Amino acid sequence: MAILELQSVSMDYGGVKALSEVNLTVAPGEWLAIMGPSGSGKTTLMNIIGCLDQATSGRVFLDAEEISQLSRRQLTAIRRDRIGLIFQQFHLVSHLTALENVMLAQYYHSLPDQDEAMAALERVGLGGRYRHLPGQLSGGEQQRVCIARALINCPDLILADEPTGNLDQANEEIVLAILRQLHQAGGTIVMVTHALEVGQEANRIIQLEHGRVTEGKRHRHHT
Amino acid sequence: MFFRLVWGGIARRRWRALLTLFTMLLGVSLATAILNVMLDVGDKFNRELRTYGANLRVVPRSAAFLADFYGLEEGEGVTDKYLREDELPRLKTIFWAYNIVDFAPLLTTPVVLEGVDQPVTAVGTWFNQTLSLPTGDTVTTGVQGLKSWWSLKGAWPGEAASDPAGVALGESLARRLRLSPGESLVLTGQDGVRRTLPVTGVFLAGGREDGQIYVPLALAQAMAGKTGLVEEVEVSALTTPENDLARRAAQSPASLSAKEWETWYCTAYISSIAYQIEEVLTDARAKPVLAVAEAEGKILGKVELLLTLLAILALVASALALANLVTAGVMERRVEIGILKAIGAGDLGVISLVVAEVLLAGGVGGGLGYLLGIGLSDLIGQSVFGASISPHPAVIPLVLVLVFLVSVVGTLPAIRLLLRLNPREVLHGR
Repeated sequence: MAILELQSVSMDYGGVKALSEVNLTVAPGEWLAIMGPSGSGKTTLMNIIGCLDQATSGRVFLDAEEISQLSRRQLTAIRRDRIGLIFQQFHLVSHLTALENVMLAQYYHSLPDQDEAMAALERVGLGGRYRHLPGQLSGGEQQRVCIARALINCPDLILADEPTGNLDQANEEIVLAILRQLHQAGGTIVMVTHALEVGQEANRIIQLEHGRVTEGKRHRHHT
Repeated sequence: MFFRLVWGGIARRRWRALLTLFTMLLGVSLATAILNVMLDVGDKFNRELRTYGANLRVVPRSAAFLADFYGLEEGEGVTDKYLREDELPRLKTIFWAYNIVDFAPLLTTPVVLEGVDQPVTAVGTWFNQTLSLPTGDTVTTGVQGLKSWWSLKGAWPGEAASDPAGVALGESLARRLRLSPGESLVLTGQDGVRRTLPVTGVFLAGGREDGQIYVPLALAQAMAGKTGLVEEVEVSALTTPENDLARRAAQSPASLSAKEWETWYCTAYISSIAYQIEEVLTDARAKPVLAVAEAEGKILGKVELLLTLLAILALVASALALANLVTAGVMERRVEIGILKAIGAGDLGVISLVVAEVLLAGGVGGGLGYLLGIGLSDLIGQSVFGASISPHPAVIPLVLVLVFLVSVVGTLPAIRLLLRLNPREVLHGR
């Protein structure tokens, strides 16, 4: 059974079609890369999958539960409980330390657990920098804090929007290694990227052009 | 974590938090000062008005009846009833004794002045009399306090009957007699005794008193042959503005229910003070000078309304300034709020965060504003009434409620913005 399924999803922004009749299925444990040029609808698709937006038409299922008609409050609950978001701009709260940024996701999910948050930071190699504010961390380190925050509540689905878009080669490799590790542990990842070498890390790549899926191909499997 | 988020938000935007604090401080200090003044203004204003004369006249009951119904006054051959001087200290033993600010007995008697054809009215009274009360306390009262707005050149006469220190002349009479303080005059009373008395002072009252002679009460009693008696007593009392209950009671205290009667009796209405005076003086009728009492009540009501409006305006101004500050703060932090919403914060979660920040900064500002307001109200009291205004305990809960209300009202536009804020738009910079 698919963990994520989109049926004929379209998105219309005041007459401009951002997505048109998109059909997509993601299996549990799959790593999917969504690629395409700027304006192809990648971010719109991510927003719909990440419950940050609702499609104009079509149906979206998360673990067989239809989420396309849910209220704003219900979508917030799904984001909180079942989805981990990784942003290109990291989007950490600037006045909270690395540890507190991770605990923030716990706070809105259930209860903050410092040991658990510390372990999450250690998993991304930042155990020694837990007291640092985002401004005191490099871009790669901030992205790793963002990943730790996305993973802390054990989400069903990880959505990564250009996770290496703002990183240098060395940090890109570190972040990809973490994603690889996560995938090997059975995590389901949907990733938007415009970089082919990053996209090739995924099991499957789909191409978007003018809001339509134009190509889908199987790539390699991490075992 | 919640506190960490709140504190982090405040610490990171210290200037905005300080502005919030300052806005609240200004609004609350003004509101506190105004509320303190308002709650105290009744007493202060009343006390101030009391320096402009009596608001109660106490006369013998029969004289009052005849005067009320037939327009007849003493001396017209109808009544010669008097009040007893030795009972007057009882005025300071009534339930509202402390509200009796000053009182002075009056006894008029015609006298003949040497070199003047027409008899002149001599008014016997207390000028600055120290009384021993039945309670063992002493109190000083008389014309000096009761008519404090009269302008006096020289001094008031002494009080001793055996050794009268002199007389005070009304300004027009002194001008007619060409007398100044320090000179003497010769007068003959109804007892036929010719007395030479020093003029201790000349006063300007602005009324018929300017053509009269004010003498110590004992001297007037001796001249009139009415030892121990007075015609009337002028009383200046601090009162509460009249209301329906007071007006009904003034008509007939017997018409009140037991509970209403108790409320009326235990409130410093002019009618209840008059009633209590009648209880302690034999055969006396205490008549409120209604024009004065009602004017005082109206002025006080208007002053209180004005102060209330000022307090509301101060708080509305604070709420508006706060609304601008908080809204601008939310605009500045929209990405941070977008992040919180994206990772699962509900509307209530982010609203409570912003409200808590405002309440914290506003609470500190409100606390400081309260202290500043106390100082401000004291300053107003000193400069306007010449007396300090002590902090009123009722202002504390009022200020707490006002701080909460201003904080919440000031946050409403920001809350509206928060509810509309879509994480999708802020996280992707749209």
